Amino acid sequence: MQRFSAWTLLREAFGGHRGWRPQWRAPEPKPAYDAVIIGGGGHGLATAYYLASEHGLRNIAVLERGWLGGGNTGRNTTIIRSNYLFDESAALYDHSVKLWEGLSQALNYNVMFSQRGVMLLAHTLHDVHSAKRHIHANRLNGVDNEWLTPAQAKAFCPPLNIAANMRYPVLGAALQRRGGVARHDAVAWGFARAADALGVDIIQNCAVTAIRRDASGAVSAVETTRGDIRTRKIGVAAAGHTSLVMAMAGVRMPLESYPLQALVSEPVKPVFPCVVMSNTVHAYISQSDKGELVIGAGTDAYPSYSQRGGLQVNMHTLDAICELFPAFRRLRMLRNWGGIVDVTPDRSPIIARTAVPGLYVNCGWGTGGFKATPGAAHLFAWTMAQDAPHPINAPFTIERFRDGRLIDENAAAAVVH
Amino acid sequence: MLLIHCPWCGPRAEIEFSYAGPAQLRRDGALEDLLYLRDNPKGRHEERWRHAHGCGQFFATARDTVSDFFLPPPVAKP
Ligand SMILES: Cc1cc2nc3c(=O)[nH]c(=O)nc-3n(C[C@H](O)[C@H](O)[C@H](O)COP(=O)(O)OP(=O)(O)OC[C@H]3O[C@@H](n4cnc5c(N)ncnc54)[C@H](O)[C@@H]3O)c2cc1C
Ligand SMILES: [Zn+2]
Repeated sequence: MQRFSAWTLLREAFGGHRGWRPQWRAPEPKPAYDAVIIGGGGHGLATAYYLASEHGLRNIAVLERGWLGGGNTGRNTTIIRSNYLFDESAALYDHSVKLWEGLSQALNYNVMFSQRGVMLLAHTLHDVHSAKRHIHANRLNGVDNEWLTPAQAKAFCPPLNIAANMRYPVLGAALQRRGGVARHDAVAWGFARAADALGVDIIQNCAVTAIRRDASGAVSAVETTRGDIRTRKIGVAAAGHTSLVMAMAGVRMPLESYPLQALVSEPVKPVFPCVVMSNTVHAYISQSDKGELVIGAGTDAYPSYSQRGGLQVNMHTLDAICELFPAFRRLRMLRNWGGIVDVTPDRSPIIARTAVPGLYVNCGWGTGGFKATPGAAHLFAWTMAQDAPHPINAPFTIERFRDGRLIDENAAAAVVH
Repeated sequence: MLLIHCPWCGPRAEIEFSYAGPAQLRRDGALEDLLYLRDNPKGRHEERWRHAHGCGQFFATARDTVSDFFLPPPVAKP
């Protein structure tokens, strides 16, 4: 692997930038691997990286139907935070934030992780109670989160409107200073490059079309558009397409796939120093390093694989943005797009073994799994390598829906990003 | 935005409706099947809608979840 540093950059600058090499190989699939990951998004690539770097499994492949990060990894609004209500979730997401903090160094790739603070607005008395409950619960779990008055919130984010005559006035905010954003593509590419350097085969344009099982029921091979591949271990990280992949092995999932949209404005000078979210009026916004305001809308009301959503969903969010940040009313929007997110009934993910021997699944991240990319993959790799869950992901099973042990972040937050 | 055909009121904008889940749920198996497990198909999906801001009626229809076009009947009664 060609290491990146200020020195290599300088050397290449003098050499006319002709010495850069591809960051990963484009290998032909081998007939067999020790483990196969289905899905080359951030989760799948990071799982391969941790399998190789921490568990010594190097004869493995990541199979991606399209191109790396072309799924939700490359379509999300990149909000990273860990101030979830329940103990199980706080442990999971904070595990991830801790990995984010050292990720650029570990991968030798600048993922542009920026802990600029994530501020969640409260607009009603119920919001205030709920935010304060989150703050107390988070602090008990060692997760930073603090209460801001409206004036403090405005000091932290100057464009914010705190006028009392708004339809939903800002009554305060919960701020997680360790939260922030990262560059989505760099996360996929950084993990791909590091995994490739450890010997992982990353195979693009290779859709899995069937999963074969032997007489004992265990997985034995995958059929793909680039031929059959034998393997005894399959890790599924296919986001919105998880139900379809799992159905290939006869497993029915507690998932529904919905379109989720986002949009960006024309680029402007730095005006927006943090991330602001509001569940009540449904808006979340930050500014990318290119200067575009990155705005997240909601999901459509119905399940779909269309990778686009209704315009009214974006309008709804823009109404809220214009009310919260009147200065942005005259900005033009440049692009909007959709991704297909896999939603569980309790809005918590699944990182688990399945009833099929050798089949593992990491899914259900719905509208908020980018922040979990390193953490979830780290635990998923552990689960696949040890054939047993790590204590942090042990509660995130499929069986929790049978047993009634839900981790109901849905009831706790209504929207999660 | 979808254009949805209410059997009673005709074609109306999606915002008048609320989505009400799959048309057919397995009621013979475990409770888990009924409450949580879903086929989540890519393609034909039989589903229920309610004309919430109109006549208030529930009805079943089928939609292609790739194109989002509604498909012609017949659809089993909910
Ligand atoms: C608009 C939007 C905004 C979001 N905002 C946030 C946010 O602010 N913060 C946050 O934390 N999360 C956010 N999310 C959620 C986040 O993007 C996802 O949870 C996360 O990126 C999922 O990563 P992944 O690697 O599991 O999935 P993906 O990146 O979708 O990767 C799955 C891959 O599997 C591949 N695949 C599918 N089927 C097959 C097959 N049969 N064979 C081979 N490959 C297959 C797909 O092509 C895809 O590349 C947002 C999502 C969207 C759509
Ligand atoms: Zn009607």
